[in-house]
Amino acid sequence: MSDSQHFLLDGEEVPFTPGQTVMQAALSAGRYIPHLCYHPEFKPHGSCKVCTVKAGGRTAASCTLPAQSGLEVESATEEMNALRRTLVQMLFAEGNHFCPSCEKSGNCVLQALGYDLGVTNAGFRHLFPDRPVDASHPDLLLDFNRCILCELCVRASCEVDGKCVFSLSGRGIDKHLIVNNASGRLEDTDIALDDKAVAVCPVGVILKKRVGFALPIGQRRYDARPISAQALEDAPRPSTQGPCNACEDAP
Amino acid sequence: MSADLESAQHPETLRRVAIEPLSRVEGHGKVTLLLDENDHIRQVRLHIVEFRGFEKFIQGRPYWEAPVMVQRLCGICPVSHHLAASKAMDQIVGASQLTPTAEKLRRLMHHGQMLQSHALHFFHLSSPDLLFGFDSDVAKRNIVGVIEAYPEVAKQGVLLRKFGQEVIRLTAGKRVHGTGSVPGGVNKNLSREERDFLLKDIYQIIAWSRDAVQLARRLFEQNRELYNAFGRFEAHGLSLVRADGAMDLYHGGLRARDKGGETLFDHVNYDHYWERILEEVKPWSYMKFPYLRELGPEQGWYRVGPLTRVGLCDFIPTPFADQERRSFLAYDAGRAAGATLGTHWARMIEMLHSAEAIKELLHDNDLSGDALVVSGARQERGVGVIEAPRGTLIHHYRVDEDDVIVRANLIVSTTHNNQAMNEAIRQVARQYLDGRKLTEGLLNHIEVAIRAFDPCLSCATHALGKMPLVVELLDAEGATVDSLIRSVGCGER
Repeated sequence: MSDSQHFLLDGEEVPFTPGQTVMQAALSAGRYIPHLCYHPEFKPHGSCKVCTVKAGGRTAASCTLPAQSGLEVESATEEMNALRRTLVQMLFAEGNHFCPSCEKSGNCVLQALGYDLGVTNAGFRHLFPDRPVDASHPDLLLDFNRCILCELCVRASCEVDGKCVFSLSGRGIDKHLIVNNASGRLEDTDIALDDKAVAVCPVGVILKKRVGFALPIGQRRYDARPISAQALEDAPRPSTQGPCNACEDAP
Repeated sequence: MSADLESAQHPETLRRVAIEPLSRVEGHGKVTLLLDENDHIRQVRLHIVEFRGFEKFIQGRPYWEAPVMVQRLCGICPVSHHLAASKAMDQIVGASQLTPTAEKLRRLMHHGQMLQSHALHFFHLSSPDLLFGFDSDVAKRNIVGVIEAYPEVAKQGVLLRKFGQEVIRLTAGKRVHGTGSVPGGVNKNLSREERDFLLKDIYQIIAWSRDAVQLARRLFEQNRELYNAFGRFEAHGLSLVRADGAMDLYHGGLRARDKGGETLFDHVNYDHYWERILEEVKPWSYMKFPYLRELGPEQGWYRVGPLTRVGLCDFIPTPFADQERRSFLAYDAGRAAGATLGTHWARMIEMLHSAEAIKELLHDNDLSGDALVVSGARQERGVGVIEAPRGTLIHHYRVDEDDVIVRANLIVSTTHNNQAMNEAIRQVARQYLDGRKLTEGLLNHIEVAIRAFDPCLSCATHALGKMPLVVELLDAEGATVDSLIRSVGCGER
């Protein structure tokens, strides 16, 4: 039954099974759509909008857009990539992203996406927010400067770890990540090193202490291949039918 | 000396000439001259005109980030900052003794740094002055001019630097701003393939380095009186030396000798460097003025860098370089070893030493070992000192119990040489500019003196060199009387 269902992605047929989103079907079929807040292990969130595509003449987040037979989706177009580039630029401008001295460099989804989309500058005036690090936990460091509000840690901590250590607070441009307890300090939570919330951070916010630059240049996640290739390697394949093995280490 | 030229009595009555920005010097620096109505020099100052702030914004950051962050101080000698910070962080993590692989890999990285930086300093930035003359045609007085007139010299300079950059790439991960050194060790070893890649060229590099020493010597010999006298001043000296007195650019104890050659202190553990060195602030410069504590701020300023190191060590532990050291020290009854322009000769001797040291390290199987990192009892304070290409470099950090840096103090080579560079340019101003109508060629003499020490003021600033030179002559009211503008590649007008 599923063999007969397809939609068109940039003019080429992509098969899907009922219930899949455009993003899920595309990745399963080996077709990359740039994305940030989407993670194959979590329910689609649709917040970052980097995966925006044009479907039936209207823009929509492909991670939440149900795949439908006959749907015509435009993704790898200059129009869509220009929009994505602007979104990524805004993220760089809103936070304090100093890639040259960031230990996540080479393993960072935001940086890799920036390279892949050809982002060469922030494009907007930097806001330079004042976000001190939370180093209170003996084994973990929180560097809020790099948060992109993807909520993967929020979702992972609640849905997988069952701890709800993190939350977002504030609205609009003032929205920011917080530690979800009275003191607001990580040391007063029951977060653990092997929590999913720690592993899932796609940028350099939640860091294991004293690791730093232990991984040499050349062995980092995006040294060997761009994120567009890496994401396809990580994506669940129809044959695996379950949680993807590569996802455990995937940001 | 020239202390009388530091501050004029009535500056409001004098004309001001500013050499700004300095060219073929990385970073924003300027020199101001105050002249009286008869064009006599009354005041000369080297200013570092931008504030970097690394000591401030490293505060609040995790300690393991420092070796990678602070190296952004410089694009010419980032490895020196990378390693000085790493050595400080070794102390923080309680790594009192690195593994042989880690220490030797860091040494290899550092010698690659010395090689590429010294080649850049001599061939790319200083050789145009030395080969063509200080007041030669400004349109040709650059590396492109050297390529046209001395293609083999230029080629060797470029390839020497390239080799050093390759050493850095294979040890730090990138040619500029790598990550190879981490608190307590390194994050990679050198594979056999990487070693063989470097070995195939190292003997050519040593040969070219030997030629470079001879070139520096010949230039000195051909202009002996000029080179001996140009910007000459007597100074105390400071550098690291190995326990046996050998030159050691990576680690050692502090040795200081006064200008008469008497030892002030020797083999001092740098962990408490502030017991020997203090810094003075002067109102007219962003750059501090370090001095030897026992001699005080007036008499205690000193010189660091190649000239000092070659003169201060008891020997250089590689044969060709040590032979050249002895020849250098003996030349002209030792006068070259005290000459500002003798620094270039000493620099090439150090480059030869680094080339030889790289060869020795590449034959050491420890480089491919697997034990990369060690740690011990956590400490609150870390001090790392290294001999960077332009001189002694001190990194000092305090880290709180949450692993966050709460204090940092960096005394970079340029800062150590602050007073020395001021002395040199005051001597040059007195020797060549006093009472004369200023021309671009004459003003370049000032820059020649600075370049002998430092093509790289970026420890205190950050812009790339090769900038156009603007010289303005102002009257006492600040009105422009005359100006010289040099656009890069366009001569002057």
